[in-house]
Amino acid sequence: MSKPKIATTWLEACAGCHMSFLDIDEKIVDLLAQVELTSTPITDIKEIPEVEVGVISGALGNEEEAHIARKMREKCKILIAWGDCAVFGGINCLRNFMEKDAVLQEAYTNTVSTVNPEGIIPGEELPKLLHHAIPIDHQVKVDVYVPGCPPDPETILYVFQEILQGRIPKVPVDMMRYD
Amino acid sequence: MENITTRTIEVNPVTRIEGHGKITVHLNDDGTVDKAHFNVTQFRGFEVFTRGRDFREMPVITPRICGICPVSHHLASAKACDAILGVEITPSASKLRELMHMGQFIQSHALSFFHLSSPDILFGFDADPAIRNIAGVAQKYPELAILGISMRKYGQEIIKTLGSKKVHPWHSIPGGVNRSLKLDERDEMLQGMPTLKLKLKDTIELVKKYLEEHADLAKKFATLESSYLGLVKEGFLELYDGDIRLRSPRGRITDQFSSKDYYKYIGEHVESWSYLKFPFYRPLGFPHGSYRVGPLGRVNACDDISTPEASAELANFRSMTEDGVVHYTLYYHYARLIEILYAFERAEELLNDPDIMGSDLRVSSREINREGIGVIEAPRGTLFHHYQVDEKGAIEKVNLIVATGNNNYAMNKGVEMVAKENIRGTEVKESVLNSMEHVIRCYDPCLSCSTHAVGKMPLQVTIVDPRGEEVRTIQKD
Ligand code: SF4
Repeated sequence: MSKPKIATTWLEACAGCHMSFLDIDEKIVDLLAQVELTSTPITDIKEIPEVEVGVISGALGNEEEAHIARKMREKCKILIAWGDCAVFGGINCLRNFMEKDAVLQEAYTNTVSTVNPEGIIPGEELPKLLHHAIPIDHQVKVDVYVPGCPPDPETILYVFQEILQGRIPKVPVDMMRYD
Repeated sequence: MENITTRTIEVNPVTRIEGHGKITVHLNDDGTVDKAHFNVTQFRGFEVFTRGRDFREMPVITPRICGICPVSHHLASAKACDAILGVEITPSASKLRELMHMGQFIQSHALSFFHLSSPDILFGFDADPAIRNIAGVAQKYPELAILGISMRKYGQEIIKTLGSKKVHPWHSIPGGVNRSLKLDERDEMLQGMPTLKLKLKDTIELVKKYLEEHADLAKKFATLESSYLGLVKEGFLELYDGDIRLRSPRGRITDQFSSKDYYKYIGEHVESWSYLKFPFYRPLGFPHGSYRVGPLGRVNACDDISTPEASAELANFRSMTEDGVVHYTLYYHYARLIEILYAFERAEELLNDPDIMGSDLRVSSREINREGIGVIEAPRGTLFHHYQVDEKGAIEKVNLIVATGNNNYAMNKGVEMVAKENIRGTEVKESVLNSMEHVIRCYDPCLSCSTHAVGKMPLQVTIVDPRGEEVRTIQKD
């Protein structure tokens, strides 16, 4: 079998899920020898190719992110929701209790150190915010859920090993953790 | 509108940076570059959605701004909470916090250099994108890759030992910390250090050699004669707690002030095309008062480094220019490695200090001050947490100025410089796009952080024509 291709992305996320992946430390060298990393935040391939496994960390907070999630779904056979943000929206959902425009207004005109006499709210050349931050399965079908904020490195390694064995991983109960 | 007379090029997403961003290049009719923007495309709203919560929750919520330097947010937040409680924490608590902070500097700087930037240095900006990444490094320079991995692991283990998780640890609490250090843990940390430190010095030599061999490139690559900002303690480089100093491009100390007064001196400018704000020194206004932070900012701002080996390296660093202020953007990498050396030496000092084994960890208080400010040096630059609370301690207002934001003006300027020098018309070589991205990588921006507020950052370049039509979008693959 040729090496399975993997694509990963971070959407409305803090990068912690990808850091937890790097926390498998030396084992990463072995893993990298067995899979082919395509588009990820740590490589320079910008367009998602056809892959066996797609991994999304982070929730969906703007139109571009929703678009990337759909694209990832189209291009991959197995889609993994990786981390609390992707699984149920995570920390980002705290903004859902407020009006999106009020959130922007506060952040860009009202904080102590902001100097913005014209009241500019960013938006030009930028993707539109969704009304609410949402988990990815509100937009696309998810095959594997890996919660945790972030998931432990051991859990991540387990998931990849299962995939390499040709199985669709199911995170065992003792590894399931919500933060 | 200027779009009527320009065309634009877009690079999206910018890769090997931490977060999401893109570059838009606007062209004139004759194909020359009119202007270039580095757009930070994500917005999250931490300042707003924490309102109404108990301030004591902040050291746990705010690290979710960024998974790369969660410890910075954790500590800045705890410091702001100490101020609300009106307490001075114990020497043991303060040193344990600083130890965790050194662990973070080691891991985060190692990630930036080995995992993200070294591919450009080892393979060149024009190398095949398929190998220009950490997997490529692992294949061709396995020793270096393993060193990067072990160094990052060393730092992450310190964090985990104290805070029980590597990413989003929980150790600091308002008034102190929640756990002491055990003897065997201390010994293990001390044991792992010497080998790594030696190998780090080899890496420093490697980077020096690179900078010497590429002296011309280093001199002109996005060089910016800016001011520099960083914390100092008695003039020495300081990462955990000190005064804020601003040094002018010519080397004069422009100002030095207590971090509690930051908002009197630092303002943030807003542009319509980026979710990331542009901080500046108020007395000079925007953009004149813009400055740079992070490794280059700190080593330029301080007088010296308090530990011997890093101090010797700093002397060598400064000998590169006549007045000792180094404006070369590629020297961020060198400065970053000097700081790892300092972090090792400082961690060793702390581990050998009797206070580090102390058990007096927390000061309690019933007081609630209505305001608390915590300022710290995050790996990427000065980080400000500022909370206002009601009389019960519920958050009323939050202001965060995040490390990367401080470099926003410089990143934009640098990208524009490279674009202006190398782009004529819409046919743009991949290596030029990668060079623009490398400008950004030098600053090691963490867009997750900076847009807390916002946060994300692979790179895409869009070229827009004089009529505002998108001519070309370059997704590098
Ligand atoms: S789940 Fe946690 S670690 Fe992962 S992206 Fe979200 S906040 Fe970061």
